[in-house]
Amino acid sequence: MNTADQYLKAVFLVQQIEDGPASTGALADRLGVSPASANEMVGKLADQDLLVHEKYKGATLTDAGEERARDALATYCVLERFLANVLDVEEYRDEAGQLEAVIDETVADRLDMIIDREPDCPDCFDAEADACSHLVEQLGEAGAGAGAGD
Amino acid sequence: MSVASQVDSDGQLARLLQIGIVLEEVVEARAYEHYQRLPDDERDERIEELLREAREESADHRERLKAIVDRLDIDEDAAIDITPLVREQYAQTGPEDFDGILYDQLNGEETAYKFYDDLIEAIERSETSFSIDRESLLSTLRDIRETEAEGAEAVAELMESRT
Repeated sequence: MNTADQYLKAVFLVQQIEDGPASTGALADRLGVSPASANEMVGKLADQDLLVHEKYKGATLTDAGEERARDALATYCVLERFLANVLDVEEYRDEAGQLEAVIDETVADRLDMIIDREPDCPDCFDAEADACSHLVEQLGEAGAGAGAGD
Repeated sequence: MSVASQVDSDGQLARLLQIGIVLEEVVEARAYEHYQRLPDDERDERIEELLREAREESADHRERLKAIVDRLDIDEDAAIDITPLVREQYAQTGPEDFDGILYDQLNGEETAYKFYDDLIEAIERSETSFSIDRESLLSTLRDIRETEAEGAEAVAELMESRT
């Protein structure tokens, strides 16, 4: 997944958590980058009309940006579910975060052939839990049943 | 996490190689399923040979990747048997005719090529010292990537010969 798609996914999730625009500080925290880097990338994505950036408020995805963010989130969901269900990785969130930059959408599509993703993916992704709500529930983790973003 | 596409540790490298092993297993298992389910009137020597070669090539790649993981400084066992999962899902996602089988095979080879290409780039970008020799690692991965390209070409040629 390229850097732009990782940012769009992060904006999508932070918007859900904050119930409003995603601040560059929150994006920087989520992505583990400096606020200056986050600010620069947000500017580039705004130039491509993938989000709208309002000073002192934050970033809001456009329809085109949201479409790409949802595709990126679905790719990420495949990776999380693959790590958790096929490879039995307990720290699947951390590992998915480390690996997502190297895993392309086409590779995720292939991995998707051996996992059981729910038809409502990626709507079932719980931004607070940073995982698919079905997966959280299936694994019996704390926070199961927390509201998934729609 | 990191937004940069690079490999930062033995553990991360091992996990990516494990994903490569699974991709190879998917190609191998689907080639087997394709062969088993090929309708009688669609069988011919060329596709049977292509599927047999695909299976043998994937098995060889899988063994080479596993050998690398075994040499890395990690506790994990690289072996995973995903054949039952592939079989289970094949009924829902498996192609039903000759052209569909070839397209699926082409997709598998191209996806594996893309995976190795991205992995090689991520290793080249990394400054991490792995517990195995970097050049030998890259040489193996480049060799596997090359055979994936050749595999994709062979499928494409067979597809073209049918049009």
